[in-house]
Amino acid sequence: MAIHKSELNTAAVEVESISKRFGEAGRPNRLMPWRKVKKPKLALDQVSLHVETGRITGILGANGSGKSTLIRILATLLTPDEGSASVFGYDVVSQADAVRRHINRVSVEASFFKEMSPWENMLYAGRLYGSGGDGTRDRVEAMLERLGLPLDTLDKPMKQLSRGQQQKVAIARSFLTSPSLLLMDEPTTGLDPRSKREVQELVRSIRRDRAATVLLCTHDLQEAEVLCDRVVVIDQGRVLADGTPTELIRMHAGKTDGSLEDAFMALTGKRLEEDEEEKEE
Amino acid sequence: MTGNTLRWELNAFVGFIERQKNLYRRYWAWEAVWLLYNLVSVLSIGYLAAGLSTLGLEQGQANLHQTQLYLLVGALLWTYLSLVFFEIAFAITWERWEGTIEYTFMAPIKRLTHLLGVSAASLLYGMARTAIIGIGVVLLFRIDLSHANWLTALAIFAAATLPLLGLGIFTSILPLLSPEKGEQMAFAVQGVLLLISGVYYPITVLPGPLHLAGILSPLTYTLDGIRESLLHGLSLAGALPDIGILLLMGVILVPASVYFFRRAEIRAKRLGLLKRSG
Repeated sequence: MAIHKSELNTAAVEVESISKRFGEAGRPNRLMPWRKVKKPKLALDQVSLHVETGRITGILGANGSGKSTLIRILATLLTPDEGSASVFGYDVVSQADAVRRHINRVSVEASFFKEMSPWENMLYAGRLYGSGGDGTRDRVEAMLERLGLPLDTLDKPMKQLSRGQQQKVAIARSFLTSPSLLLMDEPTTGLDPRSKREVQELVRSIRRDRAATVLLCTHDLQEAEVLCDRVVVIDQGRVLADGTPTELIRMHAGKTDGSLEDAFMALTGKRLEEDEEEKEE
Repeated sequence: MTGNTLRWELNAFVGFIERQKNLYRRYWAWEAVWLLYNLVSVLSIGYLAAGLSTLGLEQGQANLHQTQLYLLVGALLWTYLSLVFFEIAFAITWERWEGTIEYTFMAPIKRLTHLLGVSAASLLYGMARTAIIGIGVVLLFRIDLSHANWLTALAIFAAATLPLLGLGIFTSILPLLSPEKGEQMAFAVQGVLLLISGVYYPITVLPGPLHLAGILSPLTYTLDGIRESLLHGLSLAGALPDIGILLLMGVILVPASVYFFRRAEIRAKRLGLLKRSG
């Protein structure tokens, strides 16, 4: 849904000192008291963030750094334990309905009804966001064509599509609802280089053509460097740095010809590639 | 609710019915297997009744034809009620399994629209599937329904929809509370309803606490009323007490179940239980 003029002057996302733990500390199971109480995991620790409208902001962090938790809180799928978060001025907990009208999300897993076709999945998504009537099929076809997806895949079951094709449908699904804020959680993970470039070009076009705000969680340093106006480095649930890619490199890379990877290593003490390798193992 | 909001919610409501229709169509082979399973279950009950005479129960001791009708109506109605109950109760489990649950919960629609949309699709599908089985049963057992009062049966059937929705929504809360165990708990609830609701026997044969539970189950009044109208031509006026009880139960159960669903949703969001992995 398009944002109102009054909302244009508001920050797209405002996060104030939010914390989130998983596992309830000190609360033994009353029904089964012999069960061990799990140690709570601190996923976000006093995170604050300000995202300007119409920008692409990258959240850069390793696995388990809290990126997805942050995205889920903004998507109204999780509630923070402490602090507050708002989207275009609407609180994600108390005004969740208003927030949902402005957002959509692309997650790392393309989540679909696997037996249903891309068209049936898109039609369902459209219905939940107020469209789905005449002209929807044409819009879906145009969008998928733009993403380089053959139109003969439109009526095949999703399970017959490749991972890259499924992810393109997921992106098209989020565009179909014309969100003012698009939450993208590692949207290009697992895509081949060509698909990755097509998706990245599309992300740029959203900002250019629709003045939408994009919050992009990524592992991909090169992607963050070329795509994001601003990058927030997050590790173990804490924000370590926040600035343009150039600023981060200048302030943290430790050398004049450094890269975002150097800056990330200096800030977190780890390489994202190592993290990826661990994940694959 | 303004006109625009109503249109928005109605559009989403249609979306859920459309989605379920597409899923039934895409999973047609599995649906055919379930249909066969339901048909076989109902036929087994029919033949059980037909075989009572060979188990020492002679003609005259009981009206075997009436017994057969009693059991067949119970089996058919249970097929319908359990299917609708199952479809509503497993709406959350199903979406978690597909991995779409977060997308549905993130959509800008009322939870009531979501639950009613899934429920409406289940009711329509349940009716279609039970009708197919019913036709097979009538043809195979040459059931005499000449005394049936169809209008009364339909009125009770319609009134039973509300409490059935309430029970289904209540049970669909279980997978929200526990992603791992919720599904099994829903099966247990279904089993208890079968025991206490007089599907194959009058609830008067149940011991005290179970009898009391049977009185509180809306399915008891549904089965009782429809049986009476199909087998003994119960008039609409005569069915009014049952219809009244069912409507009252519905008026209590539906809002209460939606309220508790919302509470469970809030809890799931606090504990991070909406994810596919739980």
